[in-house]
Amino acid sequence: MHSFTFHCVSPSCSDQSPLSFPQMQFMLLFSRQGKLRLQKWYVPLSDKERKKISRDLVQTILARKPKMCSFLEWRDLKIVYKRYASLYFCCAVEDQDNELITLEIIHRYVELLDKYFGSVCELDIIFNFEKAYFILDEFLLGGEAQETSKKNVLKAIEQADLLQEVIHVCIAV
Amino acid sequence: MSDVVEKTLTALPSLLSLDSQPGSGKLSSTSKLGNLIRGITELTSKHEEEKLIQRELSSIKEQVASPNTSMRQMKELMVRAIYCEMLGYEASFSYIHAIKLAQQGTVLEKRVGYLAVSLFLNESHELLLLLVNTVLKDLQSTNLIEVCMALTVVSQMFPKDMIPAILPLVEEKLTHPKEIIRRKAVLALYKFYLIAPNQVQHIHNKFRKALCDKDPGVMTASLHIYLQMIKENPEGYKDLTASFVTILKQVVGGKLPMDFNYHSVPAPWLQIQLLRILSLLGKDDQSTSEMMYEVLDESLRRAEMNHNITYAILYECVKSIYTIHPKAELLEKAAKCIGNFVLSPKINLKYLGLKALTYVVQQDANLALQHQLTIIECLDHSDLVIKRETLELLFRITNAQNVTVIVEKMLEFLRLSKDDYTTIDLVGKVAELWFIETMNTVFSLGGDMMQPDIPNSFLRLLSEGFDSTEEDRQLRLFAVDSYVSLLQGEPGRLPQRFLQVISWVLGEYSHLREGLEPATTLRLLAKLLDMKHTSSETKSWVLLAMSKLCEGPDCVSLAQELSERHGGSLDTVLRQRVQELRHLSEDAELRASVLPRDAAQEPLEVDSSLSFLDGFVSEALSAGAAPYKPPHQRQEELAQAKALSLEPYGLSLPISMSSCSLADRQSPTLLSMSSGLSGNSTDLSHKGGSTTLKLDGVKRVWGKDGYLAQKEPVEESAQVEVPSPLCSPSRQGGADSTHSQTPTPTPTPEPEKEKQQLASSLFVGLGSQSSVCLMGKSEQTPQRFRRKAKGQGSSSGASEQISNSHYSTQSTVDNLLCNNLLDSTVTSDLAVSTPEQTPQLSQEVATTNGTCDAEQDLIEETDPGNSPSLIRANSTVTADPPAHKDPDRPKDSCLSSHLPAELAGLSHSEIIPLCSSQNLDLSACHVQKEDALLLVIFIENSSDSDIECLLFLSQVSCVTDSPVEAVRSLSVSVYQYSLMVKRPAAHVALAGTASYHMALLTQSMLVSCFCLTSLLFLCLGRPLCVSTEEYGTLWLAFSQDTKQNLALLNDGQDPLTATLDVLKNKLQLHVVDIIGAEGIVACRLLQGQPCLMHCRVHAGSLAVWLRSPVPDLPDCLLYHCQRALQEH
Repeated sequence: MHSFTFHCVSPSCSDQSPLSFPQMQFMLLFSRQGKLRLQKWYVPLSDKERKKISRDLVQTILARKPKMCSFLEWRDLKIVYKRYASLYFCCAVEDQDNELITLEIIHRYVELLDKYFGSVCELDIIFNFEKAYFILDEFLLGGEAQETSKKNVLKAIEQADLLQEVIHVCIAV
Repeated sequence: MSDVVEKTLTALPSLLSLDSQPGSGKLSSTSKLGNLIRGITELTSKHEEEKLIQRELSSIKEQVASPNTSMRQMKELMVRAIYCEMLGYEASFSYIHAIKLAQQGTVLEKRVGYLAVSLFLNESHELLLLLVNTVLKDLQSTNLIEVCMALTVVSQMFPKDMIPAILPLVEEKLTHPKEIIRRKAVLALYKFYLIAPNQVQHIHNKFRKALCDKDPGVMTASLHIYLQMIKENPEGYKDLTASFVTILKQVVGGKLPMDFNYHSVPAPWLQIQLLRILSLLGKDDQSTSEMMYEVLDESLRRAEMNHNITYAILYECVKSIYTIHPKAELLEKAAKCIGNFVLSPKINLKYLGLKALTYVVQQDANLALQHQLTIIECLDHSDLVIKRETLELLFRITNAQNVTVIVEKMLEFLRLSKDDYTTIDLVGKVAELWFIETMNTVFSLGGDMMQPDIPNSFLRLLSEGFDSTEEDRQLRLFAVDSYVSLLQGEPGRLPQRFLQVISWVLGEYSHLREGLEPATTLRLLAKLLDMKHTSSETKSWVLLAMSKLCEGPDCVSLAQELSERHGGSLDTVLRQRVQELRHLSEDAELRASVLPRDAAQEPLEVDSSLSFLDGFVSEALSAGAAPYKPPHQRQEELAQAKALSLEPYGLSLPISMSSCSLADRQSPTLLSMSSGLSGNSTDLSHKGGSTTLKLDGVKRVWGKDGYLAQKEPVEESAQVEVPSPLCSPSRQGGADSTHSQTPTPTPTPEPEKEKQQLASSLFVGLGSQSSVCLMGKSEQTPQRFRRKAKGQGSSSGASEQISNSHYSTQSTVDNLLCNNLLDSTVTSDLAVSTPEQTPQLSQEVATTNGTCDAEQDLIEETDPGNSPSLIRANSTVTADPPAHKDPDRPKDSCLSSHLPAELAGLSHSEIIPLCSSQNLDLSACHVQKEDALLLVIFIENSSDSDIECLLFLSQVSCVTDSPVEAVRSLSVSVYQYSLMVKRPAAHVALAGTASYHMALLTQSMLVSCFCLTSLLFLCLGRPLCVSTEEYGTLWLAFSQDTKQNLALLNDGQDPLTATLDVLKNKLQLHVVDIIGAEGIVACRLLQGQPCLMHCRVHAGSLAVWLRSPVPDLPDCLLYHCQRALQEH
């Protein structure tokens, strides 16, 4: 009965054998105005499907009241979201997953951004979104928590950043 | 990156003020990206934004294509392209450049290139292949940052087919000195495992090394792989349980570096991952579970702090405790923990509490009872998400007693919900609950009167299931639960068919219900055997179900007891079943092979030709047994022998006949009886009620084309719907009475009371009587009592309903009979009325009946496509001259004058009316020519204008030149068709349509199905003139063989000659030779197919033996011989 599973929605993966998916399927950051600020997809989906999903979810989440529960069922996925100032962070996990730990993943990511940018605000993420992506990639890799130690994540980012600086210096010289 | 470089560069950032510095977000607003972003924020309309972005994109496109663009500029361009894509505008032209950037750029540009690739492309994108070489190169790089980047992109996406190319390099990295490289390598392998598990099978032992890595980060990463592998094959990793337990102990004990703490909780992600793994390992495995009790207990104890992360761990812990082999002490703690969740004011925790309850409630229904009021509150929560989760919980605790309330709540939610997916899901669940429940009602009410199709298709549905196995399991489980509770009640009231369904379902699926001992089910079933009203058919269903369930010593003794009690039964089937039960209960192995579990949906191979009996048959034949006769032949014989007096049943037989279809007749005797009855139909309907044949519930369900399923649902729903209004007032009344009966000293506030009432109706039937219940016993008992009373009320209402429906069905049958047996012209008017007329006509009839069933029937009846039985009945009657008083006789002579000149001299059958409309009358006859049989159709136009008529008949070819012809006013036109039949058959039906134009409207009518029976053969059969020698050769050559005894005519001196003469004259057979008491006869069909008949006088009858190369010809000829002799 109603076997409309999320995995089969995507036309791009219909030709593949049934796959296992990482715990997190995608992460979206969007503003209170509904503008997408960051999107990371850990499952193969077509552009069209991605757009549809983000549009749907942004609409649904923005319509929810602040005191409401941070979790919601959407298709066969569990959406976990949290608002930080003017920015919404939203993750999709499988229904069986632990919603609270996903909420803490969001929180840890915000902590990392905060530490990196120094009391982060929406503008930091707008103007340096590629940095926000780099941090995310060091924290979550392929949909799974890669490194949960805050110190280690930041160290990895800074090392990469530093290297850039060296090269810049070299070129400048 | 080496430590040296790291140290030297630590001081650098402060000296630099380039855009990549941490915290420099605002500075970069001077860049081109910054300009773009600011430009967009200043815009007011979507349209302007679109224009701006398109401009931006074309500028980017131009620049990336330019050979003068440096890699550094390219990096900047990529960032802008990513931004445009994020806003929803396509920049696919930049994909290839992103790959180029990753390939050719220096480290910092490469980083953006890789990022762009990972954002732009998905796993199956073909451009990804171009990245493989770059990744290969970077994996071999001495620059750690480059290696990290390559591993990062590989862990996110990589073409499946190219994995072998880089696998050795990634594997190598597992032993890399830097932990960040090892960690990323593990995650890359995890990714490979997800997309192509076979490719990484050989490196499983390296995963173990990663699990033992000294760096906690690498170890954590390796758990992702283990979780996945254990999910697929828990048995293969049991030996690791102790290691996982040890790791968890260390983590919980705070042995990891402080870096891994999160809000002073040690490595929560690691803990959760380990708890998940442990629950998979400990599931259904007591000894493995025992190893983890201690550490689970420890985890529960340590997670005390009031922070989300501890709740996350607690939730996972509780889930594990309920998944693994249970331990009472732990369960108690876990239950308390769930209580904390449920009672928490924080909405997220409440949600998780509900989710946990949903998870555990099937094992421990009492837990739901404890939290009844919270659940009720959540049911009315303003947040739909909470409401939805509560419904999910209720769905799990649905039983036969609370299903109505729960479904009501679900439907209530459905009215609020606007989300399609939820709607689909919930509707499915409602349907599932209702399905069983409704079918229960249907079975109880419909009882034994219902068509066997309904229980059959219900069982088929249940066994074939739907798409999801989990849903199927739920449905079956629910059915089992509901039936067990029915059997525990008063099964004596249930109809036989329902009992059969119950037995089958219990036999097949009661093993799904954990904790339901087979012996318990067996005892319930055995009770059915002892009931007075149980029919022997039901008993054998019950016994079969018991054979499926028989397991364990309890059952063996029960089977023994049963076989003693029922072994002496007079019913052989029952005796056999009891024997089977006894044997199967003693031999588990045999049972498993004879009645495999869950094999109901597997197709059985049935040898429909029963070829395995061939030996037996030939043996019996050689021993002198009579050869097999097809049923219609046997019936013929019976009728012919007139051994049975049909008088007492004379009235009832035609009723059952006409309720099916008169054309279905098998025996001429029956037919003539029914046509003989056509005169006194009112008398008939009156007597019909008093005949011994029970007509209760006999509906017109079988038509010529089989089961007329369409009208069934209508009647069913009518039966089902009626009880519900009956029972709701009774429940209302019951509720009121409790209210007045329990005058509590401290009056509860009204809403509170409502909630309590809701709770009692929701949680009824959950857990044991003695369980903790907020309602208290005094209230629960009347509640149960009330339920029961309600059940009785509804069933009495139901029986009322049944008798009602009997009444209406009865009258329907009568009406049908009247219609069937009406004067033939009226009938054909009814049948051929134009589509516009039909509904109106049936409406009229229905109005006189006053039942909608009748209307349904009539529409079917008159619908030309569906069931032409009426007309056919009509013309069959016509084809049987002696029984038919022909009202059209004068017409015959007048029409025959219209026969074409060349046919006028030939013999033709009487002209029978086929159909007629206002202005057109169609009649037909057949004419025998030497080489063919012609069907001549007369179209008579009685109007005063010309009508153009197009006639189309199936199966025949038109001899007349043009099938379209204008029929002149008040004249007749004639069509000729030549009739050919491919195979001989007792009945041939011709059907067709006539379309005609009149008053600018094209109308069409059904030309009756023209049923030719014996006449057909008479016309098609020709004598076959052969000599005795030729006859002998032919005889041996033919394979189709039939033997039969025919009546011998006794009026002449030589009965054989007399009989053969009759056949010769009537059927145009050729008598080849008569020698003594034997004669040989030959004939052929028009097409030349021969049939030989050998006759011998034997014991006062004529033993005939027919042979032919055509399969059905002997049977067919035999049939006509019988008729010919009988009519003589």
